[in-house]
Amino acid sequence: MNLTLKVWRQKNAEAKGKLVTYKAQAISPDMSFLEMLDVVNEDLIKKSEDPIHFDHDCREGICGSCSLHINGQPHGPKHAITTCQLHMRSFKDGETIVIEPWRASAFPVIKDLATDRGAFERIQQAGGFVSVNTGGVPDANDIPIPKVIADEAFNSATCIGCGACVAACKNASAMLFVSAKVSQLALLPQGQPERYRRVQAMVAQMDAEGFGNCTNTGACEAECPKEISLTNIARMNRDYLTAKIFKEEEV
Amino acid sequence: MKLDSKIPEGPLAEKWPKHKFNLKLVNPANKRKYTVIVVGTGLAGASAAASLAELGYNVKAFCFQDSPRRAHSIAAQGGINAAKNYQNDGDSVQRLFYDTIKGGDYRAREGNVYRLADVSVNIIDQCVAQGVPFAREYGGLLDNRSFGGSQVSRTFYARGQTGQQLLLGAYSALNRQIHLGKVKMYNRHEMMDIVKIDGQAKGIITRDLISGKIESHEAHAVLLCTGGYGNVFYLSTNAMGSNVTAAWKAHKRGAFFGNPCFTQIHPTCIPVSGDHQSKLTLMSESLRNDGRVWAPKTVELAKKLQKGEIKVTDLKEEDRDYFLERKYPSFGNLVPRDVASRNAKEMVDEGRGVGASGVAVYLDFAEAISRLGEDAVRAKYGNLFDMYYQITDENPYKQPMRIYPAVHYTMGGLWVDYNLQTTVPGLYCLGEANFSDHGANRLGASALMQGLADGYFVIPYTVGDYLATIGPKPVDVNHSAFAEAKKQVEERIQKLLSLRGTKTVDDFHRDLGHIMWEYCGMARTEEGLIKAKGMIQNLRADFWKNAIVLGVNEEMNQSLEKAGRVADFLELGELMIDDALSRKESCGGHFRVESQTEEGEALRDDENYSFVSAWEYLGDNQPEQLHKEELVFENVKLSQRSYK
Repeated sequence: MNLTLKVWRQKNAEAKGKLVTYKAQAISPDMSFLEMLDVVNEDLIKKSEDPIHFDHDCREGICGSCSLHINGQPHGPKHAITTCQLHMRSFKDGETIVIEPWRASAFPVIKDLATDRGAFERIQQAGGFVSVNTGGVPDANDIPIPKVIADEAFNSATCIGCGACVAACKNASAMLFVSAKVSQLALLPQGQPERYRRVQAMVAQMDAEGFGNCTNTGACEAECPKEISLTNIARMNRDYLTAKIFKEEEV
Repeated sequence: MKLDSKIPEGPLAEKWPKHKFNLKLVNPANKRKYTVIVVGTGLAGASAAASLAELGYNVKAFCFQDSPRRAHSIAAQGGINAAKNYQNDGDSVQRLFYDTIKGGDYRAREGNVYRLADVSVNIIDQCVAQGVPFAREYGGLLDNRSFGGSQVSRTFYARGQTGQQLLLGAYSALNRQIHLGKVKMYNRHEMMDIVKIDGQAKGIITRDLISGKIESHEAHAVLLCTGGYGNVFYLSTNAMGSNVTAAWKAHKRGAFFGNPCFTQIHPTCIPVSGDHQSKLTLMSESLRNDGRVWAPKTVELAKKLQKGEIKVTDLKEEDRDYFLERKYPSFGNLVPRDVASRNAKEMVDEGRGVGASGVAVYLDFAEAISRLGEDAVRAKYGNLFDMYYQITDENPYKQPMRIYPAVHYTMGGLWVDYNLQTTVPGLYCLGEANFSDHGANRLGASALMQGLADGYFVIPYTVGDYLATIGPKPVDVNHSAFAEAKKQVEERIQKLLSLRGTKTVDDFHRDLGHIMWEYCGMARTEEGLIKAKGMIQNLRADFWKNAIVLGVNEEMNQSLEKAGRVADFLELGELMIDDALSRKESCGGHFRVESQTEEGEALRDDENYSFVSAWEYLGDNQPEQLHKEELVFENVKLSQRSYK
């Protein structure tokens, strides 16, 4: 396959970026999208040009590093996969592909297609945990959890923190991400003691980071590689409201 | 230097409790006067950093990823072992200990392995308390599955992403400590060197991967939790960024390297599809619970399959050779990884491989689907099947998966004593980065167990003993040792940046990988290893002349990052070859063709090789010196492993 790429190049956070056109030639349909970029980068390096920088690591859809906005969609055209799981057989020979970084003011560009997702870190640090120390915990089977509840908590827990939800949202809202983290622990008995404190702390940090609010468009859910559902947002809103009306605690 | 493993005296079950009692403690009020550096934030690093901070120590934690949650532990699929015996099927600490020692082909320490089995039960409790959503039964209690090398069901799991869920648990504990100000987290920082003062580890030099700034960090002790070095093979199931640099720098500063040639080739990975391939994807060993491994009975059938003249679904039952079930009736498809891998290679070498390349065998779920139904199979393995489908464009519900072994884990690593301390005082090594618990072959679902055992339940005790001994006097970051190490780091970076040759760093990495896979992979011969040693030396010399490294230090520069890592792999590769050469026996994943039983199984030589190889670095371009730590077996009887 031969393709034309229009890639966002930006030297650093301060520099102005622009789309630059590259040719990707002799691409095998069995290559992953990132392997296609590897080929382009090898060519660039041999021409002494700076390779295209992008975040990637596990290349099997679980670490959440890769974060490319491909032809206007986070992680590209296919449903429920990350960029690294996208293969070139999903594109046509001769196609032009536009590759951009996540676009959200809370995720500033570091270089080219790599962005700073530190905001997600700070939100989780604000309250995304159960306060237990190592040791001194009960036997694992002392906490029975109905299978349906455990499975639902697991569905929320599959979030890989890639940020596609933010990139997909016209408001750059992080509600899907935050609500998945809130839900996992709100559903489980282990998370109950800090349930209302947690939701307030995490939402407060989310607001402080400059993410937008949710207007129920559902783009996040549609683009999420792990199919995190909007139900999480409803659950978080309910807990947040409950907390503010009945259980406002000092956070 | 005499190696002292510091294994406590006394009966196996009493070693760790007794040792814990004998270790010195640090007064709670004094703990805040100490700083500990933790490099790497996978299961071992995150659990260690969180646990030490909970105790009151100040912790500085470092990872090269943009978030601690992206460390490669995240990608572990199948599960974590623990001797809970929740299934009432005869499991016990003693049995997990025995399975692990045997699975490791009797090349691990009894004391370490027993402790690992002993604390395994605490790990599950800890993770559940954090909110890790393990799989459950309808009664609300935890579910288990079975894994290779064992005849009990002791593996706890969270669908096909146990690693992510366990790491998120440790990461949440780490986040809590960051929030409380006890851990200072440095994301996108790579460790470039260890700093020693008077022979003791007192800090590290790092590079900020965004600004390029070279920084000095001082501490009373340094913990390396930096994972394995499987990427020396270029293609492996490791993440692209996984590297040996931190461990290798420590090695060059005096930490011995233990059993470097012990690498694990995982039997069930998606086969290589072409030269463009950047990494390999594992299909969890848990699939072997329900999947049946087979190859065509004859070379003729295999040829037809390879050419696409017939389809796999055309093959009748009598044309299929379920070779693991045939050769190992009692363990069947659940033989340990090294055995399963070698048998797959044997099929391919005989010409009975499948797929266009002929380098694969089948993993078939037809029987499980007809027995359990497609929905039940989907509930168990759905995400793995999806992953396979995305990569190969073949539907594993309709036709068998094609699988082939790939490099997955390294049992070797920095040599550590019972306290997880390397041969450099104050420098500790945890998780896959150390050599300690898996001998010559690791059993499935034991890597997660070891990482968390080291981080949650071993290091909090053992590092305290060292800290209490040295006292809380602050470390002087202005000491000349820091300036010197920093200068060396900067010089090396400049040397790399001056390379303007004709071959990319990836080209060199790929070449190194080919050499390692061909000569130091699933089968190793004296002749091949000697040849490979020369090839690696030449490749390394060529790298320092002909590599291309672009850009400057003061920016995000992935070209430079990669070059530094590959340069270290080029040195490590030769040590692995030396180690494989010196160990003229087969054991576990180390298969010397010269040493096999009549049936083609690995033949150990207990009389001459019942030791840990610990290699000492003596200087650039000098042969490393081999030290031997004799392995003492007081509780298990060494025997030829049999899974028949």
